[in-house]
Amino acid sequence: MTDPAGRKPSTERGDASAASADGATRGLVHEEPLLFEQGARGRTGASLPPAPAGLDPAQEIPAALLRPSLEGLPELSELEVVRHFTRLSTWNHGIDTGFYPLGSCTMKYNPRSSEALARLPGFADLHPLAPPELAQGALELMHQLERALSEIAGFDATTLAPAAGAHGELCGLMIVRAWHASRGNPRKKILVPDTAHGTNPASSALNGYAVVQLASGPDGRLTPEAVRAAMDEDVAAIMITNPNTLGIFEGHVAEIAAIVHARGGLVYGDGANMNALLGVARPGDMGFDVMQYNLHKTFATPHGGGGPGSGPVAVKAALAPFLPLPVVVKEGATYRLVTDARERPQTIGRLREFWGNFGMFVRAWALLREYGPEGVRATGELAVLNANYLRARLRDTFHLPYEADSLHEVVFDDQRQQASGVSTMDVAKALIDHGFHPPTIYFPLVVHGALMIEPTETESKETLDGFVAAMREIAERARTDPEALRAAPLLPFRGRLDETRAARKPVLRWRPGMKVE
Amino acid sequence: MRYHPHTPEDVRAMLDAIGVKSVAELFRSIPEPLRLARPLDLPPALDEISLLAELRRLAGRNDTRHPPFAGAGAYPHHVPPVVDQLLLRGELFTAYTPYQPEISQGTLQAIFEWQTFVALLTALDVSNASMYDGATATAEAALMAARITGRHEIVVSEAVHPEYRRVLATYLRAKHDALVTVPFGADGRTDLAALERAVGAATACVIVGYPNFFGIVDALPEAAAIARRAGALTVSVTAEAVALGLLQAPGALGADVAVGTFQSFGNPLSFGGPAPGFFATRDAYVRQMPGRICGATVDTQGRRGFVLTLSTREQHIRREKATSNICTNSGLCALAATIHLALLGRSGLADLARLNHGRARLLRDAMRRAGCDTVFPGPIFNEQVFDVGDAEAVVARLARRGIVAGAPLARWYPDAPRAKGALLCVATELHDPELVELFARETRRAP
Repeated sequence: MTDPAGRKPSTERGDASAASADGATRGLVHEEPLLFEQGARGRTGASLPPAPAGLDPAQEIPAALLRPSLEGLPELSELEVVRHFTRLSTWNHGIDTGFYPLGSCTMKYNPRSSEALARLPGFADLHPLAPPELAQGALELMHQLERALSEIAGFDATTLAPAAGAHGELCGLMIVRAWHASRGNPRKKILVPDTAHGTNPASSALNGYAVVQLASGPDGRLTPEAVRAAMDEDVAAIMITNPNTLGIFEGHVAEIAAIVHARGGLVYGDGANMNALLGVARPGDMGFDVMQYNLHKTFATPHGGGGPGSGPVAVKAALAPFLPLPVVVKEGATYRLVTDARERPQTIGRLREFWGNFGMFVRAWALLREYGPEGVRATGELAVLNANYLRARLRDTFHLPYEADSLHEVVFDDQRQQASGVSTMDVAKALIDHGFHPPTIYFPLVVHGALMIEPTETESKETLDGFVAAMREIAERARTDPEALRAAPLLPFRGRLDETRAARKPVLRWRPGMKVE
Repeated sequence: MRYHPHTPEDVRAMLDAIGVKSVAELFRSIPEPLRLARPLDLPPALDEISLLAELRRLAGRNDTRHPPFAGAGAYPHHVPPVVDQLLLRGELFTAYTPYQPEISQGTLQAIFEWQTFVALLTALDVSNASMYDGATATAEAALMAARITGRHEIVVSEAVHPEYRRVLATYLRAKHDALVTVPFGADGRTDLAALERAVGAATACVIVGYPNFFGIVDALPEAAAIARRAGALTVSVTAEAVALGLLQAPGALGADVAVGTFQSFGNPLSFGGPAPGFFATRDAYVRQMPGRICGATVDTQGRRGFVLTLSTREQHIRREKATSNICTNSGLCALAATIHLALLGRSGLADLARLNHGRARLLRDAMRRAGCDTVFPGPIFNEQVFDVGDAEAVVARLARRGIVAGAPLARWYPDAPRAKGALLCVATELHDPELVELFARETRRAP
């Protein structure tokens, strides 16, 4: 149904005006309704050849299986679509916009060469089932990346298959389980420190393992005593993030690994914080048996508003037979994918469709090739330098719950601000008004009101100084004008959003006449 | 090093502020024996010009001069240049999961629009923010069905993508849930009599491809009815989502969960990944869904805005009791699909779907003229299985012409009817009539 002017009637357009209840567009900040709330019947942004004549789908497909209508889909010109997403983009803070010190997420610059290279037709248009003779370049790239990742973390073999860090954890724990099962007993438990990412216990549970939480010691590190007390013949593995989520190196890691190994367990490394160790130390030299990477963190593939990630898993030689399929092999000068379990009888099997997030492999490999060994090491060193600089310049202003040395990130808390009723949440929101993305907040859970700051190596001293100035100013206002801080942020496109309402009355998609108030 | 902004003076000043003498001193918490005493053994650094040359060399060793005739879960489609140009808006592609909604409204509104597209095309109530891919979405759907029903047997049609089934088996093995596989009939559809026998009081869900791996529009409504009578859920799996522009939506045919990938919208083949997995279900099951979910709300001034919501399902809150371990998903791929779907819109998607179906029928006519008939008589969307005599030989021969001929079925179904000759081929808007004729001609020369 259209009105005489060809526009959709207001019931179909929903309540676009609700989006601009406060007077709509101001200056260059544009209000923008949902795709489904705009456009006009008959408009399209598509340009396609005509369908072959005389071949009506109804001749082939039973009527009951044909869709009567695509009502509800938008009808927009190309310019309308361009404006829509361009306007949406202006409401976002990205690494390109400014400093993004989101702890444990390693928000470093995403190189544009990598983007251009992943889009070469030889990569972008390559079908995963192309015969190997048409895909030698892709296989060579995968093979080289596997070898480089094994070398950087000190392991013997690497699979590129997992789609993200948590998927890598799942993969690594499946390998752990398969290795134990091959020795007669898959075991029952995984030890997980209280500083671990939430994905660690969730990945353990998905693997059918019970989770035993380990308390970290008073200095923020795991103690050999705690591990010894929890370790028994039912424990399949311990999961250790090193440096941990406090940014502290687990100094007892070698002794802990020896305790776990002595009782027949394995040591799993969560490589989310690998940026701290690049070129300086290798998990494989510390007693780890298996570790997942996060290419979107350590090797700068774009985070994309929530992925895609890529979570390669590196293992010691004893675990290599259990790696998932496919495996890239080089035979003479030719590369080939092993996809048949008969060639790898101990494999844990397939973890995802096809061969992994290949587009991310291209980007990560491009970065590694530009860096070479010196650049990789400089990355780790400068990431740690930046974090320690922020720590040194902020520790007089914000409370540092753990004195132990920081590596790539530093965790403060809101203890000094609490007296004036200002919380970590208020500090985070106030940072937005200063043009910064807030740090990770309220994590790790062992720190009450945590502010977890990871600057990464691609940020300049001037940027860090600007952040320090903002943090100091916020701390000062927490003393002098706490009420104002609790109202922050005042400057972005939207003020604080009502998350409770979103969860109590879920509106999870557009429907005709949608109203949120 | 262009990505490292530190001058020697910066480093000096920063070390002074920290109160240490050298960068090496910052690593003193790492016990000396655990430090690496040598340079990493990696290829030497390249400047940008050499870097581009080296990766162009690798790309040049892949032959992509013709659009592939292989589909089998990864579909060659036209991606309008505008999709990629919008995707490269740095504010979108360099942002992360929108933990701070006030400065992530662009990402959040786009996720809300993605969720709406998925819900509209599947005719289900709700969708999440995306999954890793179609295969893991299928596995997560089975795990969700087991949680909802309290049952532990998953029944899957053998005509579901074999890689998806292998991933499903990998996931279920860890959870000790049982996997029962139901054969397909001579028409390429799920054998309903066998399905009826396989489904019972222990069945958590029935999983059916739509279209299935052979390109056939499978008997989804009949399968759903069988599942419903046993108190089990129905999961439909769609790898070629353009089909949803022509076929009745799975939710309208009885599916309780619809999963698969929207790779066909806006995402290049990229040797099989990344691609946006999708996951849609009914309102009743939303709290059992895996993954991120975006919802609408208001800000302090009553203006509409969006946040991540229902996070008490998720790993960062619930840890080992979460519905899944998924955290990062396929956000950027989902955005590409959302942009492409916005461009296509109501008429464009219908046109694209009819065009794909039409091209597949042109291919069928050309192949029949070349003496290669279809193996299964069931109705198809844009993909079908031909008997080409010796499928592997055809693939090898066409590879010498730079053509990816298709997916030989015997690799996954050695016992299928006419398995040796069976070749699964797709035709899309990229395969114009001339190319279709060329392909049929080349295939005919089989010995």
